[in-house]
Amino acid sequence: MTFESAVFYFFSVVLLGSAAMVVTIRNPVKSALFLVLAFVSAACIWMLLKAEFLAIVLVLVYVGAVMVLFLFVVMMIDVNLAVLRQGFGEYLPIGGLVAVLMVMEIALAVGPRQLAPTRIAAAAVHAPAAHVSNTRALGLLLYTTYVYPFEIAAAILLVAIIAAIALTMRRRPDTKYQDPARQVEVQARDRMRLVKMPAEPKT
Amino acid sequence: MMEGLAALWGSIPAWSQVLLWDLAKIVAIVVPLMLSVAYLTFVERKVIGYMQVRIGPNRVGPRGWLQPIADGLKLLLKEIIVPAGANKGLFIVAPVLALMPALVAWAVVPFTSTLVLANVNAGLLFVLAVTSMGVYGVVVAGWASNSKYAFLGSLRSAAQIVAYEIAMGFALVGVLMAAGTLNLRKIALAQAGGFWHWLFLPLFPLFLVYFIAGVAETNRAPFDVAEGESEIVAGFHVEYSGMTFALFFLAEYANMILVSALTAVLFLGGWFPPFDFAPFTWIPPLGWFLLKVAVILFLYLWLRATFPRYRYDQIMRLGWKVLIPVTLVWIGVMGFVMFFTPWAFVFYR
Repeated sequence: MTFESAVFYFFSVVLLGSAAMVVTIRNPVKSALFLVLAFVSAACIWMLLKAEFLAIVLVLVYVGAVMVLFLFVVMMIDVNLAVLRQGFGEYLPIGGLVAVLMVMEIALAVGPRQLAPTRIAAAAVHAPAAHVSNTRALGLLLYTTYVYPFEIAAAILLVAIIAAIALTMRRRPDTKYQDPARQVEVQARDRMRLVKMPAEPKT
Repeated sequence: MMEGLAALWGSIPAWSQVLLWDLAKIVAIVVPLMLSVAYLTFVERKVIGYMQVRIGPNRVGPRGWLQPIADGLKLLLKEIIVPAGANKGLFIVAPVLALMPALVAWAVVPFTSTLVLANVNAGLLFVLAVTSMGVYGVVVAGWASNSKYAFLGSLRSAAQIVAYEIAMGFALVGVLMAAGTLNLRKIALAQAGGFWHWLFLPLFPLFLVYFIAGVAETNRAPFDVAEGESEIVAGFHVEYSGMTFALFFLAEYANMILVSALTAVLFLGGWFPPFDFAPFTWIPPLGWFLLKVAVILFLYLWLRATFPRYRYDQIMRLGWKVLIPVTLVWIGVMGFVMFFTPWAFVFYR
């Protein structure tokens, strides 16, 4: 066994173990933390495949931003596990059917037929030369060959962001808020009036 | 003797040679880093002391120079108290989670053109990704302590770090556009020859945004609401004592030095002297690098001694409504100038 395969098996075991813990552990915060561990191990496996850009972006986006917000929410809610576990047996057949279907679909999409060594060798012909940085190669592809799909995806995401804000934001006339521009512009004479009056005699 | 050692070195397998050599390099980075963290706390107390017309610590050793050693020893010997109802495992893991990214990011920082542990192509992204993991230490600590104050501190920290990371990332996009590479060593090399080649001049707004976001990311004053003493006692580390508390401090100061080193590499020409002639070139490259880091660290301390703490809503406003628009506008300006006008040479390096 070479050093690389040892590293691969190590991270695979950690990835599968933490993914199993995500769905089995009772505490939601710990479950979210195990999901973080799963992301990091997946990133390490991608790193082994020399896909350093994808690996780093996985950590940057999912571990650094998405999961932090996720934890933020999960930490604040008090999950009642007894309620969550109600009707577990009732829903088990439907849930099991969905799970089996999903596993079959995944197997069809990324089965041994698609990932056979001959296919990978055929795909490797298109891979950039070793001295070209992975990030640069991806950037060139995204902004030349695939520029329209890329821009359309970006526009759809932007629309989704604006829609989410528009749906949830409501102007409340009764909230008090500060306008920093007005605070900066304020002059002494707007707030204070100097009154001249004669001194009163000492009593 | 030397021949014996060389023979011993040759006799061990190649992979363990690589491993030992890398380990030695890591020790050569981490030990001076930890020493500078210890003395940074001392310098901080002294500098703030003088700014407030006090002397600062001057009792332990000559002129107080052994104060950080005494502090460290004291923290080592203190009992680690785990509060009742705390989540013990996570409570102990949290300080480790805080310190680990602060040390890992040093792997790609170039000290001089040859002195770098890992010269990776996506170095800038690596630093961003690793430093973004530092927030877990704070969040987990706040949650695991089973304390209201700690919990509020960690919530504040999570929101603040997510907000300022976006501004920081956009500021680095500007650096990437000007230098044309993600490799930290090449970014510094692109700034060779005199301070007018350094990136802080064409990218001045981004330089300011990066520094401010760096101060906010390291939870330093005036952005230290995560441990705001006046409202939430000590924030996320209120329940920590002894060595676990010390690890949080090590992480905070190691992060400060890291942000300073990155500012020096990305915007201030790394290890290059400000003028490329005689008296300036006498100082070796490493000396210039350390000098720049020290100047930026002094700025950190100066900020802490000068400004009162921001209010929470003011922090959010500054991050989302001021810093992010500034970076977006400047990136747009850069893109326009670089591709549509004859003044592209201002930005290209």
